Amino acid sequence: MNRFVLYVAGDTYRSQRAIANLRRLGEERLAGRYELTIVDVRIDPASAERDRILTTPTLVKLSPLPSRRVTGDLTDFEQVVVALSLSSESER
Amino acid sequence: MPRPKKARVDGTARAQQRTRHGAVDKIATGIPGFDFIAGGGLPESRATLVAGTAGSAKTVFVSHFLAAGILGFGEAGVFVTFEDSPVDIRRNMRAFGWDIEKWEAENQWAFVDVSPEVTGPTPIVGEFDLGGLLSRIEHAVRRTNARRVTLDSLNALFVQFPDRALVRSELFRIAASLKKMGTTIVFTAERTEDYGPITQFGIEEFVADNVVILRNILVDERRRRTVEILKFRGAVHERGEVSFTVTDRGIVLLPLTAQQLTQESTTVRVTSGIKELDNMCGGGFFRDSIVLVSGATGTGKTLMSTQFLNGGFRNKGRALLFAFEESRDQLFRNAAAWGMDFERAEKQGRLVVENQYPHAMPMEDHLVRIRDYIEDCAPTRVAIDSLSALERVFSLRSFREFVISLTSLLKKKQITALFTSTTPSLMGGGSVTEKHISTLTDSIVLLRYVESVGRMRRSINILKMRGSSHDNDLREYHIDGSGMHIGEPFRDVSGILSGVVRSVSPAEDDDEQ
Repeated sequence: MNRFVLYVAGDTYRSQRAIANLRRLGEERLAGRYELTIVDVRIDPASAERDRILTTPTLVKLSPLPSRRVTGDLTDFEQVVVALSLSSESER
Repeated sequence: MPRPKKARVDGTARAQQRTRHGAVDKIATGIPGFDFIAGGGLPESRATLVAGTAGSAKTVFVSHFLAAGILGFGEAGVFVTFEDSPVDIRRNMRAFGWDIEKWEAENQWAFVDVSPEVTGPTPIVGEFDLGGLLSRIEHAVRRTNARRVTLDSLNALFVQFPDRALVRSELFRIAASLKKMGTTIVFTAERTEDYGPITQFGIEEFVADNVVILRNILVDERRRRTVEILKFRGAVHERGEVSFTVTDRGIVLLPLTAQQLTQESTTVRVTSGIKELDNMCGGGFFRDSIVLVSGATGTGKTLMSTQFLNGGFRNKGRALLFAFEESRDQLFRNAAAWGMDFERAEKQGRLVVENQYPHAMPMEDHLVRIRDYIEDCAPTRVAIDSLSALERVFSLRSFREFVISLTSLLKKKQITALFTSTTPSLMGGGSVTEKHISTLTDSIVLLRYVESVGRMRRSINILKMRGSSHDNDLREYHIDGSGMHIGEPFRDVSGILSGVVRSVSPAEDDDEQ
């Protein structure tokens, strides 16, 4: 199971696009086998501090290990998959 | 859990801390000397860029800004670090006596750690902004009630994110938010040259209301640190470069030049330590005057300074001697030979001797050290034996700046001071020291050798004494076991000051008059 945390800053168009892109990626590439927590750094800045979030949106893959990060609104799925070292379900 | 806002400063301190010049409110940084050249401090709730080359003390400057806020005004600060880790900063700043760890525990200091990740930069896929950073900074400011925020240094952001336009607009957004929260912001940026474009990335045009430049330049093979306020939008400040130094208490500026004109002079006289010399001066030196004693080696300059100091502590004062040529033991032995008990004066706390090796430190450090000594000892008189020893190791510009700063400090404190200066040639002649500082001293006493009929005689003359009539004669003096004895004017020779002495008969002398 893939576990993600997506850090966004406020309910902006960019935040929504990142969430939508991630959900679509989850369905298309991971066959829905993922868990997503969304953290709004404007509401929960302490988490952003703890996890050293500089840019938003930032997607953190918590598991499977190793933990990886990628920043941006996640438009290009191929790049996201490479950056997070995701093993695509379709390849299995 | 946010702590209740603590009382920052009381009413009086607050009035001193916040000043208004023109249209802009200033906040005192607390960095010694800086607020003076900045016309009260940094413009409040504005963004100031501190730019300088590598090693120009930018991180010390911003840390001092925050530390002084806590120590001097009870104002908390947030340090956003892009380069050094908080661990390094805590450790490095301990050298200045700043216990950041303790302040963090007391919620007076907070780091926002954006220093490079071990794992390397995060890959970018699509559009993003620095919303995470902004939220974290705002959070730290709210959590500590910070009034001061520093971001050190912005270059790292530009290096990490190639889209400069994005970084600039995000910095603008961060600055705008911080200003709205009422904090005063200091950014740093690294420059590639001490004299050139302000910054590589044009930060100053977009983000900074004010620009301060720190420099670390080589002058005559010596390092010289300067600070320059390049612009303060809508506010007054001093222009040009001002020297500063990094001491064990942080940054200290030496902007003492500007104090010169505000000094009041006194008509109170004090003894030179030599009765006949007091008579020649019309009753002694003025209490707040600076006396330069010039003479070749062996003319008795050290003796004069010894008698001068003795005159001070004999009259219940306290004397401070900076000896750059002779050791303390040597000086005490000589004084004893002339019948003056320096050992006892030292034990009674009436005399402090500081032996320094002129080469040991740059000019600014000498000055700060001398200033610290003067603050600690509170002397009534100060002697420097000799100034020429310093002249040899400073650049000319530094030397002049040193003398200006020192004399203004002494005058401000109404301390009588005697500087000695060694002339390069035995006969006649002046020294570089005199040429460059004679206008800064109030009185000049010349000690000269006179070769006359196969023997060396010595002559003393008061070349100038500001604000007083004085003896114009060139008088002969002798040195014996009880010190200096000034006698009658030379009537049988002329040309002493030029070094080309010729004998004149008393009759000829009369004719000329």
